[in-house]
Amino acid sequence: MDAIILQMLNGLDKGSAYALIALGLTLIFGTLGVVNFAHGAMFMIGAFCAVTMQRLLHLSFTVLDPTKKDFLGNPMKVSTPYIEHWFGKATGAAILDWSVPISILLAVPVMVILGVVMERGLIKHFYKRAHADQILVTFGLAIVLQEIVKQVFGANPIPTPAPHALAGALDLGAMLGFAANTIVYPAWRLIYFLFSLVIIGGVFAFLQFTTFGMVVRAGMADRETVGLLGINIDRRFTIMFGLAAAVAGLAGVMYTPINSPNYHMGMDFLVLSFVVVVVGGMGSLPGAVAAGFLLGILESFGSMNAVKDLIPGIDQIIIYVIAIVVLLTRPRGLMGRRGVMED
Amino acid sequence: MGILEVKGVGKRFGGLQALGDVNLSVRENTVHAIIGPNGAGKSTLLNCLVGKLIPDTGSVLFSGQSVLGRKPHEINQMGISRVFQTPEIFGDLTVLENVLIPCFAKRDGAYRLHAFETVAHEAEINAQAEAMLKGVKMWEKRAAHAGTLSRGDKRRLELAMCLAQGPKLLLLDEPTAGMARADTNATIALLKEIKARGDITMVIIEHDMEVVFSLADRITVLAQGTPLVEDEPEKIKGHPKVKEAYLGEAH
Amino acid sequence: MLGLGKRDLIFLAVVLALTLAAPVLLNPFAENSGLAQFNAGYPDLMQRIAIFAIFAVGFNILFGLTGYLSFGHAAFLGVGSYSALWMFKLLSLNIIPGIILAVIMGGVFALAIGYVSLRRSGIYFSILTLAFAQMSYNLAYSVLTPITNGESGLQPDLGDPRILDAASSSGSVPPTNIFGLAMSETWKVDFLGRVFQFNAGYYVCGLISVLMFYLALRIFRSPFGMMLRAVKSNQNRLNYTGLNTRPYMLTAFVISGMYAGLAGGLMAAMDPLAGPDRMQWTASGEVVLMTILGGAGTMLGPVLGAGFIKYFENIFSKINDHVLQGWFSVFPHWLQDLLVTIFHPFMGKGWNLTLGLLFMLVVIFLPGGLIEGGNRLMRLTRRRRRDDGPRPSEAPAE
Repeated sequence: MDAIILQMLNGLDKGSAYALIALGLTLIFGTLGVVNFAHGAMFMIGAFCAVTMQRLLHLSFTVLDPTKKDFLGNPMKVSTPYIEHWFGKATGAAILDWSVPISILLAVPVMVILGVVMERGLIKHFYKRAHADQILVTFGLAIVLQEIVKQVFGANPIPTPAPHALAGALDLGAMLGFAANTIVYPAWRLIYFLFSLVIIGGVFAFLQFTTFGMVVRAGMADRETVGLLGINIDRRFTIMFGLAAAVAGLAGVMYTPINSPNYHMGMDFLVLSFVVVVVGGMGSLPGAVAAGFLLGILESFGSMNAVKDLIPGIDQIIIYVIAIVVLLTRPRGLMGRRGVMED
Repeated sequence: MGILEVKGVGKRFGGLQALGDVNLSVRENTVHAIIGPNGAGKSTLLNCLVGKLIPDTGSVLFSGQSVLGRKPHEINQMGISRVFQTPEIFGDLTVLENVLIPCFAKRDGAYRLHAFETVAHEAEINAQAEAMLKGVKMWEKRAAHAGTLSRGDKRRLELAMCLAQGPKLLLLDEPTAGMARADTNATIALLKEIKARGDITMVIIEHDMEVVFSLADRITVLAQGTPLVEDEPEKIKGHPKVKEAYLGEAH
Repeated sequence: MLGLGKRDLIFLAVVLALTLAAPVLLNPFAENSGLAQFNAGYPDLMQRIAIFAIFAVGFNILFGLTGYLSFGHAAFLGVGSYSALWMFKLLSLNIIPGIILAVIMGGVFALAIGYVSLRRSGIYFSILTLAFAQMSYNLAYSVLTPITNGESGLQPDLGDPRILDAASSSGSVPPTNIFGLAMSETWKVDFLGRVFQFNAGYYVCGLISVLMFYLALRIFRSPFGMMLRAVKSNQNRLNYTGLNTRPYMLTAFVISGMYAGLAGGLMAAMDPLAGPDRMQWTASGEVVLMTILGGAGTMLGPVLGAGFIKYFENIFSKINDHVLQGWFSVFPHWLQDLLVTIFHPFMGKGWNLTLGLLFMLVVIFLPGGLIEGGNRLMRLTRRRRRDDGPRPSEAPAE
């Protein structure tokens, strides 16, 4: 029992990332009818916002400190981050320690702007073209973004640790009434899961309770009619694109302490997120979220030793196998709507 | 017993009863017209006949065999061809190729791996296609891409494609909609010619009463998904129920 | 003759002649001249161009004719390579059994993957093929290590059983060959003070690619090819014309899978090493790019695309900052530095960036690819030549 709970928890963090990326993909697909292969790059760029923020905060100036000598007796160079200089040692160190959560402040505007620019500058021209063209152009964009990041930040993963206070592990087993040390779970993963729930809840609330969201939902159902009502649907969809980019970016920022960001993480997640969208049902937001968590958890179960002994390699392919079974038995996905992408 | 027997066919879309309880019997080698106001369920009925829609209730028998549950290509291979309201043609292919495809379909059935034959070398098929195109006076335009044709030409091409298969039953969904008078007359003449050969059954949906009355042997009037009357053209004219159904309609 | 019309026959003859003469044509600059870096290099690159041309021509039968965009064709390439290598290890370093098995296995895998993927169309199809390819890649990397030798890749070694020709080797693994003619065999010919190299491996790849091109040409001109184009144009009408689209699609998918398997087998035959990287989605993306860059749905497009990309990949990866500085040395120093800075990210290891940009540019501005671009140019010049003549009626009648 405790082992099963532990595996479920282990699947949650990946599941959260899948769900957040798939949510954005579905939003874009549902509102704009565009298949965005560059969405994984948004996740990746979000993660590199955390790297950038970390580097910005660590910008330092160097002085010769005559009170300290190196082994030759010369005064030692001491570099102090500006942050520590400005805010004092203790506060500055705390800010540096919390650089990942602070990166959210950078990631949100960057991602929204990137999303809007992308939609206005490129995607807009592809609404009326074949899906194959949309796939191809966003695929090209994904490569370009990925390669730019590679050139700027290099090919190696860059560690971006969680704040010390949140870096440890929690003994959830003891909290839930199991024996101590049976369910030990890193605190940051729990935070990531909770964070994703907040974001998902926020997006749903936004779509459910605001006029803006109502129009967007109506547009997802029937774009032409809403357009006929004289509502400027295009501008709202541009904003949706920015929102979807921001959601993916936030997912990326907060994921960095779990896996050090590298330039190809976007594509790795994108392929799986597409599978998630297809399993959840194209155009269904609840489907995307549910399938994201479901597949994350199943993947985690697949990597249990007991399961791997039974079916070797299942951890590598379980998501794909599930996707294939779902598509063959329920072509519209788990919660797909009728009439969406049924060519 | 007719070549096409529709019995008790009903179809709902959500809360809308598109077809109520449709019974229809079409005798072999006759022209049967279905008329009725907009939204009467005419196109829905046709969709049920070719496998695009599956009715909720009832049965559809063609030559004594049920068509329900069969795929569109299977139904076509039974001998049912359909002309659509908006022409369904191969827009990226040439006019000639558009007609060659049904000719191959007639000869080879639903699938054949003829990857190492050459289209241009199939003399018999090409002759058939030529005859069909000449029949609808489209031979001169054989090299044009079908998507660039005028609406009238597209309709004639689609008709030629359907005829090329030599169907037993031809379904025509408003074959003259949006046509100029001259084109309409040409189409009527062409359909009469086909009818005169006496080897084809036609079910035609049409708003243009001139077309209907100059072609049909029998007429069914459909309103709100149910047949009102079925009779010969002469008796349909001036039938009180028909007038009632059309009242307020701008026809 | 050969079931082709006169124009196609001439076309095929030109392709054959170009393939045979390529070792001379593609290396027009003397070896020690400054322009030698633009030579196609030999024989690796030219083998690769021929092999990728096969891959792209096969992919074009699926994507170009039917419009179904597969993102998983690299899987068949990888399967082909692994199959060929197993034949090299078990049977003989003669490449023929290996290549035959590569084609068969490419077809078998395509049949299985296509059977499932073709139940859906549009983006579902693309995503399904992508998922299958990633799955194969993951498996090749992990569980199937006994078959694929995991990350380090599969290659022949001295301990292999090689039932047919093990006795003849001693000391080191002999090269891959056809009945004793080694693929690495190269004849050098002095001509007009230039040295031209003629490599056995290239001619094997080149001749097979011409044969494959001929088969593709036959398919294009066949009723089968016409049906595939009809699928792209209007699948509904095809169904209402009594044709079952699914077996047509599946056949096209399997044929293109066999082409990919053959390409994979040839790759292994030229360089007997197969790693899982060959199956990654980037490799699938590359063949898509080759096809659309040249012109999807055209005969020659994929060949052009394959040649273009492989050629420039080779050239670009050779160009480093030093070479760039040499190019721009005529400019003032500051401008030279600026230009080098601008071009640097696209050269050398930045080839993927160039590739991505090229991908976008082609899709945005030239959806018909190089062939379409060439046609436009021709039309433009022709129109200019007879400026006041009647314009050809290209405008739709509607």
